[in-house]
Amino acid sequence: MATYNLNINGKMQTVEAESDTPMLWVLRDVIGLVGTKYGCGIAQCGACTIHIDGQAMRSCQLPVSAMESKKITTIEGLSADASHPLQDAWRQHDVPQCGYCQAGQIMNAAALLSNNSNPNDQDIDDAMRGNICRCGTYNRIKAAIKTAAKNS
Amino acid sequence: MENINKINRRNFLKLSGLSGGGLILGFNWSSCNSPKDITPIKTMPKEWFGINAFLKIGDNGLVTIYSPNPEIGQNIKTSMPMIVAEELDVKWEDVIVEQAGLNTEWYSRQVAGGSQSIRHGWTSLRMAGATAKQMLVNGAAKQWQIDPSECSVADGIISNKKGESFGFGDVAKVASTMEVPKEEDVKLKKTEDYKIIGTDRGNVDIEEIITGKPLFGIDTKREGMMYAAVLRAPAFGQKLISVDDTEALKVKGVQKIIKLQILQRQKFKGENVMLDKIAVIANSTWAAMKGKKALVAIWENTSPAENTISHKIALNKLADSKSKKPVRIDGDPNTAFAQADEIIERTYESPFLPHNCMEPMNFFASVTNEKVELVGPIQTPEWTRGRIASLLNLIEEHDPEDKDAAKIAREKAFAKIDLQMTRMGGGFGRRLYGDFALEAVQISKEMETPIQVIWTREDDMTAGTYRPAVHYKIRAAIKNNKIIGYHLIEAAVNGNMWSSLADGFPASGISNYQCDNHSLESNVSTGAWRAPYTNFLASAEQSFLDEVAQKTGQDAVQMRLNILNQAKTIFDAHTKLEEEIKDKEKLKAAKQGLMAKGNYEPDRFIAVIKLAAEKGGWGNTPLGIHLGFSAFFSHNTYVAQIAQVKIVDDVPKVDKVICVVDCGIVVNPMAATNLIQGGVIDGIGHSMFGDFTFENGQPTMENFNKYRLIRMDEAPQIEVHYVNNGKSPSGLGEPTLPPAGAAVANAFHSATGVRMYNQPFVKDNKVLG
Ligand code: FES
Ligand code: FES
Repeated sequence: MATYNLNINGKMQTVEAESDTPMLWVLRDVIGLVGTKYGCGIAQCGACTIHIDGQAMRSCQLPVSAMESKKITTIEGLSADASHPLQDAWRQHDVPQCGYCQAGQIMNAAALLSNNSNPNDQDIDDAMRGNICRCGTYNRIKAAIKTAAKNS
Repeated sequence: MENINKINRRNFLKLSGLSGGGLILGFNWSSCNSPKDITPIKTMPKEWFGINAFLKIGDNGLVTIYSPNPEIGQNIKTSMPMIVAEELDVKWEDVIVEQAGLNTEWYSRQVAGGSQSIRHGWTSLRMAGATAKQMLVNGAAKQWQIDPSECSVADGIISNKKGESFGFGDVAKVASTMEVPKEEDVKLKKTEDYKIIGTDRGNVDIEEIITGKPLFGIDTKREGMMYAAVLRAPAFGQKLISVDDTEALKVKGVQKIIKLQILQRQKFKGENVMLDKIAVIANSTWAAMKGKKALVAIWENTSPAENTISHKIALNKLADSKSKKPVRIDGDPNTAFAQADEIIERTYESPFLPHNCMEPMNFFASVTNEKVELVGPIQTPEWTRGRIASLLNLIEEHDPEDKDAAKIAREKAFAKIDLQMTRMGGGFGRRLYGDFALEAVQISKEMETPIQVIWTREDDMTAGTYRPAVHYKIRAAIKNNKIIGYHLIEAAVNGNMWSSLADGFPASGISNYQCDNHSLESNVSTGAWRAPYTNFLASAEQSFLDEVAQKTGQDAVQMRLNILNQAKTIFDAHTKLEEEIKDKEKLKAAKQGLMAKGNYEPDRFIAVIKLAAEKGGWGNTPLGIHLGFSAFFSHNTYVAQIAQVKIVDDVPKVDKVICVVDCGIVVNPMAATNLIQGGVIDGIGHSMFGDFTFENGQPTMENFNKYRLIRMDEAPQIEVHYVNNGKSPSGLGEPTLPPAGAAVANAFHSATGVRMYNQPFVKDNKVLG
């Protein structure tokens, strides 16, 4: 076990973990932030998406040893009071079915919007292709991203 | 009426155990999606009063409604309480929803399956609300010393003719001590008076979902909990010879490695047949998974290793063989086929399919001598509890003949088991089978510690209870360009489950009809997968009818309507006799010689088809758009779809699907539309991409790099319309999925002239014909 100092959602945290432990499991098992989800473990589903220095990354692929000195944001830290335009749009469109993929969808969409404030259909498709929704809420995810873009 | 609409009186027994205010968990103000202009009650009550098993009322008028059934994404955690709130006549904004625990005394059918939650719950949920309202009214009337009939209720306020009023909170205490009114003294609202049912209400868990709060089984944490990953045989039909755990034990964090006691294979097909299991217990999920990878196990076949090619050959052979016992025969199919001008015969093939719930299988168990605590995602909590009671030998010995003794023994065992249902990251049928829960129980018992079992995606995909591979051969006898005979033959691995399928459309709409089924026994475990029985049948049947219409020069929609009109004459003849003859025996005699009716109401089917044709611009297609029609009735719901395909860069692309649904009253349109869109997209996704093959008994796809699920850029826009007929509601979890494959296949055909007979339509990125 090694000790790591991590900047998670604007707070410095010291964690003990094996160096190869993916950030996904450090978040879920060690820190107790369970909003980031496990879906495949091989970078194929997007359920584990978090932000590293503002960019969307798959936390199942990020060993904790590479995470010091990075700014890590998870769904729990996306906004202070659940007021991110995407969270509002998710409410308005009532996007989730089972809800399991949605944190990853929102985190990926948030990174998209911060790089491109007015994405068209193609931009949204390209950016969101990596996030599987087994329940098939794709129509609403797309609509909600457009609403959020308009409102931010 | 069927007994599902019979009210279970004991559901309405007053439960004093619910009062006292100690039961609030995870309270959330925005749970009921309050619009800005309504001010919900802002404070928690000092005291709660249990009125019945479905609700309690706080002294300030706040209401907690318990949602009885497991939530798998079908949104019943919102829509079931909406039904209670409607009849209680409370503002939705003053309602808190909580998931009920498993309690067979209070609730009936706590199952998520078969799209039946709303249909089965419809009467009891309304009665729960209405009974509670009557008790509150009786309480108010008592205080005013007037007759309850002189009171009126709206939005949680009871008023009398003098203009005085009580809030529900003011009379909750008295009401909770009142006698439960008789069923006949409880009035249900008229549909036109509904204020909550039929309106859009947001998901009650939305805040937790969009802020990442713990909500799912996989999020469960308990003091002292350890994590377990389980190694199972790589191929079906294997047993364990030996295991070397030296390397696994070296993985930091791994605590122990145990072999699980072998459970007897159950008699049904859905059980996971991989019996030998090795569990790696660790202090983190990662260590458990790593430890599992480091195990070196030797396995040996106990039955022949199966593969996809041999399944295919065997299924085709079965479909070609003569059936000993047809499931249904009408008229004289043999003669019809002998006299036909032309026989059209086609075979449709589909592979096994894994469920791939987004949340992989997992379960929490803490087993001690005194108590068994279970938390997790399960579609069948009651059945699973029973199996766990047997597994742990909790049911005391009793005389098997003595029913009362058996009941007491069971109840005593169940009293030790506390099963909490969590929101599920999808179910699709996989979570009907509690093999993962049993694993957690076994490991916790052996380790004497709380355990969370977690399956990797690879475990989830390769140790499944799959949708069985199934082939359909369909034949039509054509005379004078009309279908005079229809013959449907199913050949399925482990016998795709049948029930009354043979009575589905087009049965009773064609004079000479036959349906046969064949089963190919396999050691691959199979089970219910979203819309079991019909998820591929609809694709085959609706593609076939499209081709028959084309070959006989008929309009595809009109041809279906013609079949339904014929079915209607049969249906009406039955109805007439049923109305005229009340004596069962006489009725049976009178029906002799009359063709059996189908399992559907032709009028409702016709209405849904006509509306789809209208909304989808059938017969009126703009240039460059190619339409495909499909319609299917399943799970008590009628669905018709029109898929629109465009050719983009020489490739057919599904652009949009118009989906028309008759599910009776739509309880929560916003949620219903979501579920419908999801069902159609799921149907299209699996028809286009779903492929799951076996080599040497071993699945060749293990994760999403090889197994392709539909993604955003491939998902068409789904436009939803409802037939509003005010009928009692039926479910939506499944019925929009089955017809989707054929809608797409038929649209592909109109775009390209190529017919799709086998699923998946797309392999190696090429559209197949
Ligand atoms: S869990 Fe990381 S991409 Fe699927
Ligand atoms: S909402 Fe269920 S996986 Fe996306």
